[in-house]
Amino acid sequence: MHAYPVRSPEDPAAVARGKQTFGVSCGFCHGSDARGGETGPNLVRSQLVLDDQHGETIAPTIMNGRVDRGMPKFDFDMAQVADIAAFIHSLSSSTRGEAISPPVNIVVGDAKAGEAYFNGAGKCSSCHSATGDLAGIGSKHDPKTLQNLVLSGGGGRPSNLAGAPASHVPPTTVTVSFPGGQKYEGRLDHLDAFDVSLTSGDETYHSFAIHGAVPQVVVHNPLQQHLDMLPTIKDADIHNLTAYLVTLK
Amino acid sequence: MKSILGIFAVLAIALGPTNFLGQSLDPALLTKPATDAWPTYGGDYSQRRYSILKQINQTNIKNLGLAWTDALPTGANPGGFFGPGADATIIGGEAKEAAAPGGFPLRVGGAILQVNGILYVSAPDNAWAVDARTGTVLWHYFWKTKGGTHIGNRGMAMVGDWLFFETPDDYLISLEAKTGKERWHKEIADFNQEYFSTAAPIAVGNHLIVGTGDDLDSPGFLQSFDPATGELQWKYYTVPMKEGDPGLDTWKNLDAARHGGAQTWMPGSYDPETHLYVFSTGNPTPAYTNETRGEGDNLYTCSLIALNVDTGKMSWYFQTSPHDTHDWDSTQSPVFADAIFNGKPRKLVLQATRNGYFFVIDRTTGEHLLTSKYAESANWAARVDKRGEPVRDPAKDSLPAGTLVSPDNGGATNWPPPSFDPDTGLFYVQLREIYAMYYLTESNPRLVTGLGGKEEDAVGSLGTSIVAIDYKNGKIAWKYRFPGGSSSPIGITGLLTTAGKLLFSSDMTGNLVAYDPLTGTPLWHTRIGAISNAPETYMLDGQQYVLVAVGTSLFSFRLGQ
Repeated sequence: MHAYPVRSPEDPAAVARGKQTFGVSCGFCHGSDARGGETGPNLVRSQLVLDDQHGETIAPTIMNGRVDRGMPKFDFDMAQVADIAAFIHSLSSSTRGEAISPPVNIVVGDAKAGEAYFNGAGKCSSCHSATGDLAGIGSKHDPKTLQNLVLSGGGGRPSNLAGAPASHVPPTTVTVSFPGGQKYEGRLDHLDAFDVSLTSGDETYHSFAIHGAVPQVVVHNPLQQHLDMLPTIKDADIHNLTAYLVTLK
Repeated sequence: MKSILGIFAVLAIALGPTNFLGQSLDPALLTKPATDAWPTYGGDYSQRRYSILKQINQTNIKNLGLAWTDALPTGANPGGFFGPGADATIIGGEAKEAAAPGGFPLRVGGAILQVNGILYVSAPDNAWAVDARTGTVLWHYFWKTKGGTHIGNRGMAMVGDWLFFETPDDYLISLEAKTGKERWHKEIADFNQEYFSTAAPIAVGNHLIVGTGDDLDSPGFLQSFDPATGELQWKYYTVPMKEGDPGLDTWKNLDAARHGGAQTWMPGSYDPETHLYVFSTGNPTPAYTNETRGEGDNLYTCSLIALNVDTGKMSWYFQTSPHDTHDWDSTQSPVFADAIFNGKPRKLVLQATRNGYFFVIDRTTGEHLLTSKYAESANWAARVDKRGEPVRDPAKDSLPAGTLVSPDNGGATNWPPPSFDPDTGLFYVQLREIYAMYYLTESNPRLVTGLGGKEEDAVGSLGTSIVAIDYKNGKIAWKYRFPGGSSSPIGITGLLTTAGKLLFSSDMTGNLVAYDPLTGTPLWHTRIGAISNAPETYMLDGQQYVLVAVGTSLFSFRLGQ
């Protein structure tokens, strides 16, 4: 996606040799994964390493050390340095990549407290039911999707809500009323301060110019209650609701 | 050479000999309020984006109509209609073949210069000269890129007869304004370290101030080049780079500081009286985790910094987002205002930052005068401390189970420019109120570099607005929410105010709109599509024009006859 210098794949044998050498001589300070230790910096993001191709840029530092910063010299030949370089270059320095460690469990809430919030202060039960529209929802989605759905109702940005179904959310509708009594209702297609357009139930497209308060335009967002709770809902309530929904298998 | 001579001939006929000789930029234009030119990124050095022009005003705005529109030729072999004489694109670049731009559609997103009737337009890897009277393209320059993040280009700088712009693969290019012919190009940052350059250079006397950017744990810096030769004059690092550097005690260690970010994404503002260049810096890196950064403020990330333009030495700083943990850079325009504060005339710098807060600072001394929250939804800070700096609430960092935070990563606002209108005393900024769940996805933060280790899922928008802030007290004078704007894929693109009592903005749904700057009431509009840059205005042949870009098309407006 981001067109930065792409390295050709390193020779696996060189990577293996380099990993061994690195582990023995370098890992104590720089970490066995080269991502920094107690005394040595993270080499994967090191400017010197990023500029290096096959050991030529890092060789002087390895062979001469950085005595002022506590790094000794190493008596490696260029072939060994090239192996070390191959190992470090084989590690990801991606700025946006996926997590390297195994996924973490995001379910930390209290399901009982979530159920109480669902039926009480959260007023979720005024629209939803654990045995109705949400029956089995805990089997349909992974916990992170469930948690995002708790907040968005399915109306978040699809690109950021991978896998979250938005299709079951009814569309935003609009009612356009004229002083003479004519009224148009339907799916909102476009709204700005000057024009409104909609598609009515018989799939007819209508557009109207807006002049001041005429016609009256009232938008009905089916997810308005979800939007309204965003400024006040607490993280603990979100986590508890998620823990509860996970139990609705 | 034939085509170049052709341009000469056409310009000489079209503009006449006097204008032809006068094509070069008079440096005095840069220090005055913009009138018959738009000679630098913000119209003038103050970046207030307020024009003293009032030929177009509230009384006659209903007669504003299209003067011309033109689709710019793009790429190395654009084909289509060029202006007379300009029958070939001028090609530059270090790459054999141009790399693919990586999913960013080409658009004119930054400032367009207008000098002596010629528009100088830029987009990543592309530059154009366009006749401001007719829309005729005079030349097109295309740079074959090695790569880099092609997210945008904020505009060109001009010195005399020379133009300057930056490329995503980290070159500063100088062109002859008359011909589009390359004078030289110079590497300004290390592409291997994943720097990419989007900033508009700023010309100040014999200095060309050049910023750049990076998302991979590299140090930020600002450089000054000689516009004549491209020689480096000074280089100012925005993070501590060696033992003893100021600010080092705000980092875990020197290695953390040297990978700490604070990129110089956007142009600064310049005060010719004090020779201070005031700019602002990006977020610390790694952006979403702080274990390797330490618990300190991480100076000089997310800060306003004043440098002496002659020496590159810091005069003062003010940090607008200490120890950021949401990738909210603070590189929003530092807007200069000479105005009354607490009963006294002051030289101020005003800034509405991506984190949702508004700041008033004395731009000569750096003295903090006011902090207010202009994004009502912003929920990441626990309080504002006695320095006037918001204090982050660690419970709103990205956490494994997720935290509900506003703004989203795009911020309460972003780089598109705000405006300060001295007639109303109001500072105008486009505000996004989006909530997102921020997850820490990497359980071992020491593995995280750059923007990695997190996932951010937007869960709802309360809408996009223009807010008018009274700089004297930080209060919101009015807030206009764009109808239909919360679900629009069109981003904010910046503002312009004029002495004609007009505030110009995209409305996020395809309209260019003129609002009443006192109330936010729409007065005029035209629906031209996904507007991609901030409106500009200037006088030409006794007529005031309003110019805006939609992708790679330009739209020029003036009053009907």
